[in-house]
Amino acid sequence: MKFGVVQFPGSNCDFDAVHALRNVMKRPTVMLWHKDHDLQGVDCVVLPGGFAYGDYLRVGAIARFSPLMQEVRTFARGGGHVLGICNGFQVLLELGLLPGAMLRNKDLKFLCQHVHIRVEDARTDFTRAARKGQVLRIPIAHFDGNYYAPARTLRDLERNGQVVFRYCEADGEVTAAANVNGSLGNIAGIRNKEGNVLGLMPHPERASEALLGSEDGRTIFESLILSLERRKPARGPAAGKAARHD
Amino acid sequence: MIDKALLDQHNLTEDEYRLIVELIGRGPNLTELGIFSVMWSEHCGYKSSRVHLKKLPTEGQHVVQGPGENAGILDIGDGQVVVFKIESHNHPSYIEPYQGAATGVGGILRDIFTMGARPIAVMDSLRFGPPDDPKNRSVMEGVVSGIAGYGNSIGVPTVGGEVYFDPCYNLNPLVNVFCLGLADKDKIFYAKAEGAGNKVLYVGAKTGRDGIHGATMASAEFGKETEHKRPNVQVGDPFKEKLLVEACLEVMARGLIVSIQDMGAAGLTCSTTEMAAKGGMGIVVDLDKVPQREIGMTPYEILLSESQERMLLVATPDKVAAVQEVFAKWDLDAPVIGEVVEGGRARISFKGEVVVDIPVDAVVNLCPAYNRPIAPPAPPPPAPALEALPLPADLGGVLLRLLASPTIADKEWVFRQYDHMVQVNTVFLPGADAAVLRIKGSKKALAMTLDGNGLYTRLDPRTGARIAVAEACRNLACVGARPIGVTNCLNFGNPEKPEVMGQFEQAVTGIAEACRTFGIPVTGGNVSFYNDTEGLSIHPTPVLGIVGIIEDVRKAVRPGFRAAGDAVVLIGESLEELGGTEYLKVVHGLEAGAPPAIDLEQEKRSQEFLLDAIAAGLIRSAHDLSEGGLAVALAECAFHAKDRIGCAVDLDGAGRDDALLFGESQSRILVTCRRASVAGLLEKAAAAGVPAKAIGRTGGTAIAVKRAGCEVLHVPVDDAFRAWKDGLPAYFRVRA
Repeated sequence: MKFGVVQFPGSNCDFDAVHALRNVMKRPTVMLWHKDHDLQGVDCVVLPGGFAYGDYLRVGAIARFSPLMQEVRTFARGGGHVLGICNGFQVLLELGLLPGAMLRNKDLKFLCQHVHIRVEDARTDFTRAARKGQVLRIPIAHFDGNYYAPARTLRDLERNGQVVFRYCEADGEVTAAANVNGSLGNIAGIRNKEGNVLGLMPHPERASEALLGSEDGRTIFESLILSLERRKPARGPAAGKAARHD
Repeated sequence: MIDKALLDQHNLTEDEYRLIVELIGRGPNLTELGIFSVMWSEHCGYKSSRVHLKKLPTEGQHVVQGPGENAGILDIGDGQVVVFKIESHNHPSYIEPYQGAATGVGGILRDIFTMGARPIAVMDSLRFGPPDDPKNRSVMEGVVSGIAGYGNSIGVPTVGGEVYFDPCYNLNPLVNVFCLGLADKDKIFYAKAEGAGNKVLYVGAKTGRDGIHGATMASAEFGKETEHKRPNVQVGDPFKEKLLVEACLEVMARGLIVSIQDMGAAGLTCSTTEMAAKGGMGIVVDLDKVPQREIGMTPYEILLSESQERMLLVATPDKVAAVQEVFAKWDLDAPVIGEVVEGGRARISFKGEVVVDIPVDAVVNLCPAYNRPIAPPAPPPPAPALEALPLPADLGGVLLRLLASPTIADKEWVFRQYDHMVQVNTVFLPGADAAVLRIKGSKKALAMTLDGNGLYTRLDPRTGARIAVAEACRNLACVGARPIGVTNCLNFGNPEKPEVMGQFEQAVTGIAEACRTFGIPVTGGNVSFYNDTEGLSIHPTPVLGIVGIIEDVRKAVRPGFRAAGDAVVLIGESLEELGGTEYLKVVHGLEAGAPPAIDLEQEKRSQEFLLDAIAAGLIRSAHDLSEGGLAVALAECAFHAKDRIGCAVDLDGAGRDDALLFGESQSRILVTCRRASVAGLLEKAAAAGVPAKAIGRTGGTAIAVKRAGCEVLHVPVDDAFRAWKDGLPAYFRVRA
């Protein structure tokens, strides 16, 4: 399968995502330039971390209008897989592919540290290689990761099982202390109803090599590879259908 | 009309003015006077420091580029080089902490990528007044978030650094930023304008009125009123800089340009004249072509603006279109504003009139150098005789106090605001003795560290400076890295005061001696004088940034105990010396005495021994002893262990308990090894002429120290950890 990593002018984890996918996961990976309209036939689009267009306005607010994002929206609506990491998650929220919004971290400080997240659902295409309840140790690095959604949206997310990752303690217990940025429901990552779009604040690409302290992030990439390679060559709409049936 | 008042405003002396007239053969106009004022400022011209800096060793087997360029360059093998430098942004950071620190980061990044290197890591050396004062807290919060705001956005990890607190920095914080870049050896770029007829392109942000006379401001003492200087501080735009990094690296990788220079201090003036002077050429510039974000700017303002995120490129005429295409891709302006010409003059026009016509050599190379009067630094306040110093009854309580004191306490409150992992190279997170960065596609790794103890240097400039170099190298040795080169940031008071010059001269001597002993070249750095506010000078604070290489990243060693049951070995000798220690300062309220003595040869032997032992795979953990001495080092090793492991050690030797526990004798390293390796390790040490002693074992839940069998310290690791962890955040919670 082929990954495409979107490059906004202010992306700064774009090369990191490419490194993890191409050199660590050993999958063909291309960069997708924000001004283009061509997704180059990729099977999965990754929106990397960074500050898409500087994010001096609300995070991700401008990225939503970029030419490439129109293609990504169509791709996602057609069932194509999209993974948004950190700023990529923020962009997905602005794009309307995922519900909710990000507020500034509760302590009004940028936070860069390892956190633990619990896998709430191991049946998604992004978590297939994990166990339900498994705890992953993955770093965060953000100023705006305090997930917010209106009560009804939150209820729907929970009811539909769209909350995929929650901040937790090392032993998996979901506590207020583990919720470093103040997210509602300790939410660290959610998927869309159809299951082909996922956004999360932690950076799996930073936790893909033992040398750097954790390999837990690989689980997410392995899951995607597992899900999509099994399905090939029935890519595109068919994959979308399959995802919807999950 | 140029009179004394105008010269004062420009920080130029009458003698300097006479020299300018002589050099250009007539009286300068106001714009030209402005140009000389910034280019001949202390900040740009190094006029007080140059005669002394000559003492520093600058050559060595790794050196590709020594001082004189934007940054130093060292060969690390495999066709790669590291490009690195340290810069201060002290004055702006006091006036406007957030922007001052942010643009400090932006400026040093440009110094690195202007040479063709991608910046891969930043470290900061910060000095503030004590955090119990709300003003100091506010400066600190601003500085830290400024560094974070800029570095995090641009995607260069801030991998560590150091933070010290002392009242001498109350009105004059220090913000020194050390940046390291990686480049291919055959793709290095220089700021040399070559080839008459080549085009000069202006790229990046538009020019505004911000930062005019920033360099001049950094070259004078501050009085009570600094508020009005705020417009001298530039405003940073990290997003713009990110675009600039990518676009510049792209035109360099594609071989589209001849040379490149950033617009830092003194902006367009400095970049145009320096490029011309370095190439032995002249330059013509049309200011009407310079992108401006304000209406009605005068030539004086355009030339002296220090607006950020701008660069100057030289390209052959046939490549101009291709260069502009790359910049258009990144949505940046890249107009041609001039041309390289023969003749060695800078000729600058504005609205059809020549407004500047001066020889570039005069501006760039003929700034007068001063051998300023030197007075021996004042001797340190004598420490009370040890017998007169009360010995605290509760040494465990002293340890907790030291661990909670802001200089020693955990700095996570600072580091977690920095993205220290972006670029996925950071092997050791902040808090280790040195930062370790892997090099992708290689088993080698780079290590970097920053060091400088202003109090030691205040008490004895030469010894303090020697210790700064020795400790930085020791930090590198602790992770298993061999030092290869040095950059330094020399923060001092007003050089017109003979005793400040005396401190400077002594400190440079000390650095030179230590660098010679360790065989490491100084490839550049920065001098920041006039760190005086309201007539008070800071402690003389030389900060050393040293880069090292680890041959095999898998062999890198961490400070934390690895497992219970390992042997604890202390390398080095503990003397009964308490001068200049944190213990004396925190517990007895004294900044006094002579700093610890240092024997550079002994230090070198110890480091070589440690490196050999690490290479031989004998060492499980290593941590250097510094502020707070042995007790604090034992505690830190316990904290850095994965599950917080205690230790029990038994020491012998003469002298007071407090000196043994908290003294800061140099050249000491705490290592652990498997018990089976102890004998071999000690044998090797003896053969190398290095004092080493097995003092105990790791394990248990306390930091327990005995002396000839009698307990002198017993502190639960968890209590110590809480004191250390909460030391800094406590100050910030009080206010909330």
